[in-house]
Amino acid sequence: MELQTLWFILITVLFTGFFFLEGFDFGVGILLPFMSREDIERRTIINTIGPFWDGNEVWLITAGGAMFAAFPEWYATLFSGFYLALLLMLVAMIFRGVAFEFRSKHSDPRWRSFWDWSIFAGSAIPALLWGVALANFIRGVPIDADMNYAGGFFNLLNPYALACGLTSLSIFTLHGAVFLTLKTTDALQERAVKTAKLAWVPAVLLSFIFMVYTNYETDLYSHLGINPGIIPVFSVIALVSVIFLLQKNASGWAFAMTGIAIAFSTITIFMGLYPRVLVSSLDPAWSLTIYNASSSEYTLGIMSIVALLFVPLVLVYQGWSYWVFRQRVSTGGKLEY
Amino acid sequence: MDTLFLAKLQFGMTSVFHFFFVPLTLGLSIFTAILETAWVRTGKEKYRQLTRFWGHLFLINFAVGVVTGIVMEFQFGMNWSQYSRFVGDIFGVPLAIEALLAFFIESTFLGIWVFGWDRLPKKLHAAAIWIVALGSNLSALWILVANSFMQAPTGFRMSADGARAEMTDFGALLFNPHVWKQFPHVLAGGIVTAAFLVIAISVWHLARGTKDREAFITSMKFGTVYAFIGTILVTLAGHTQMQHLMTTQPMKVAAAEALWETENPASFSLFTVGDEENLKDVFSIRLPGMLSFLAYNSFEGEVRGIKELQKEYEETYGPGNYIPSVITAYWSFRFMVGAGTLMLLVSILGLVKIIRENYDFSPFMKRLFFWSFLLPWIANSTGWILAEMGRQPWIVFGLLKTEQGVSPASVVSSGELMVSIVSFFLVYLMLAATDLFLMRKYAMAGIDHSE
Repeated sequence: MELQTLWFILITVLFTGFFFLEGFDFGVGILLPFMSREDIERRTIINTIGPFWDGNEVWLITAGGAMFAAFPEWYATLFSGFYLALLLMLVAMIFRGVAFEFRSKHSDPRWRSFWDWSIFAGSAIPALLWGVALANFIRGVPIDADMNYAGGFFNLLNPYALACGLTSLSIFTLHGAVFLTLKTTDALQERAVKTAKLAWVPAVLLSFIFMVYTNYETDLYSHLGINPGIIPVFSVIALVSVIFLLQKNASGWAFAMTGIAIAFSTITIFMGLYPRVLVSSLDPAWSLTIYNASSSEYTLGIMSIVALLFVPLVLVYQGWSYWVFRQRVSTGGKLEY
Repeated sequence: MDTLFLAKLQFGMTSVFHFFFVPLTLGLSIFTAILETAWVRTGKEKYRQLTRFWGHLFLINFAVGVVTGIVMEFQFGMNWSQYSRFVGDIFGVPLAIEALLAFFIESTFLGIWVFGWDRLPKKLHAAAIWIVALGSNLSALWILVANSFMQAPTGFRMSADGARAEMTDFGALLFNPHVWKQFPHVLAGGIVTAAFLVIAISVWHLARGTKDREAFITSMKFGTVYAFIGTILVTLAGHTQMQHLMTTQPMKVAAAEALWETENPASFSLFTVGDEENLKDVFSIRLPGMLSFLAYNSFEGEVRGIKELQKEYEETYGPGNYIPSVITAYWSFRFMVGAGTLMLLVSILGLVKIIRENYDFSPFMKRLFFWSFLLPWIANSTGWILAEMGRQPWIVFGLLKTEQGVSPASVVSSGELMVSIVSFFLVYLMLAATDLFLMRKYAMAGIDHSE
């Protein structure tokens, strides 16, 4: 396999990992103010993701770094072009990142409420914006012959991209609710099950709207061909199945299915992009592809060795941390955050 | 306003702010790990308490270091897209490796450490904080590999169309001598930053009569030894780094010394008021031969001056102004070295105290030990200002000028830059205030016996 394709796959893997993992802690953050009645419940909810959220976020940091190293033109065009959207995302991530650490360090209710809403906004804004960003990758944005973005902030907020943003927001919320059914006990768990069932409805509706809309706004389907393969189909089946699994109290399976729905739809979008990385709406010839945006063969080779050595290692120890904290978190237990 | 100026302003602001927190966490992670190891080995309760105490302060600052670090990663692409295109083939690699090798380790094992007190065997728990410390300091290594390419490019060739630099030798990038001069300096800078804060807070508690006197004496002892070792290391490392710069970036050295003319033997300026327009001194007190000594360990040896280097660079790189802001370089260097010298004095004073086992502090001594915590911060910030501003007008030395690296104004307008500068300024102000509030609260509260 050529190295450009390998790196396109690796970046797909990093984004998939990011959406799968950070997806549920975004969801938990979004649900935090609505699923809790008192401070101890809020602390419990936050502690379900306490040991994980930071490690999950590193998937994004690594994706960004890998993009810079393997496809510098993609990184440069995207980050300079989507300027205000990324600024908003950064501010959201700043508030969210410190909120987890700061909230429990002071007991004033107004202090705690401020950081709780920071966690909410810091989760909801990126959850929405990532959908917006992915939709724009594939729908196309004005990119000129010099690979420079020629639009403004509001070019990004087209109805199609917003539909995708709402879809990602709703799916992450569902993913988070299902995660909470797995990680909480008693009243909180019952509430999580109810919330998950409720969250399933908009997630499915928005997904269908988005899928139909995609047919009109992008070339994704023609790109995938008559037989799209099992991945796109499976992502739909997985999402639909969640409600039945929740009915049967099969939380573990439900979580696997929301995970598959997220992972497979991310993969589908990247499959629809390939070999492009950013579609130009001005002229297809000006699109960024894995060929005109990539680093040299030598650099890609070095990066491949590094990735093949260390990605498995990361998976092992991150997996181990999930194993260490596999138990449910209850309001009666010891809480760090 | 012009986008180049705004992009520089934002970079300066966000990187200096980021580096308020990073060195502290680099040094405090190791310090906390040492304390926890002492607890595992001796089983003494005070070590566990101190681990928790310093661990809290570490975590508060770690959070701010992380979130302001993400801004740095995004900022290269956002404000410096031309730079990113030019250098991505090389610069992106250490950045990606930093995330993959260091950030994953740090974040995962920090989660394990914070939440694992009751879940892991003691030894494994202590290992977790050592791994966090390793990860943090590894991340410093990788970012310095990236920065060193900007300071002294190596292991590359220009692409056929001249549009970008391409890596030809990863080993040369990693073993760039600049990395191995700079990394020990930054590492030791982290140690002293943590150490002087430890001393400050310990002395504050001891001087006002804490009920945990024994624990804070231990803290003071560990902190003082840590500070002394750190100060010696940071001074030696800084010295060799400056000597190395004599060959790679002589202009930076000349600007840091306000040395207009080439001299042999070269004198060291104690205090200079310069005239940057006409490249001459208005007033100067100098030690004869001292700069040659610092540069070559001998009272003889030529140190090239700004005027000669400017002429040489014009011949090599074409017409232009190759002189950085001399006043900035000169005074940042003096503040850094001055702060370092004071740190050495204070740490020796601290050593005398602990050798005599005298933990009573006169009001003056209390103030001296307490406010010394600011010294490493001054040195860290001015050190980086010298490193980055002293390299100007280059963003990648000899290859790309800063003005060529900024995102095109058609993509990122000055209006957008203004929005982002104001946003970051306000958010960072809030972060600083919150961080200080929590640091003060936890530092003053002392050891929590309920934990």
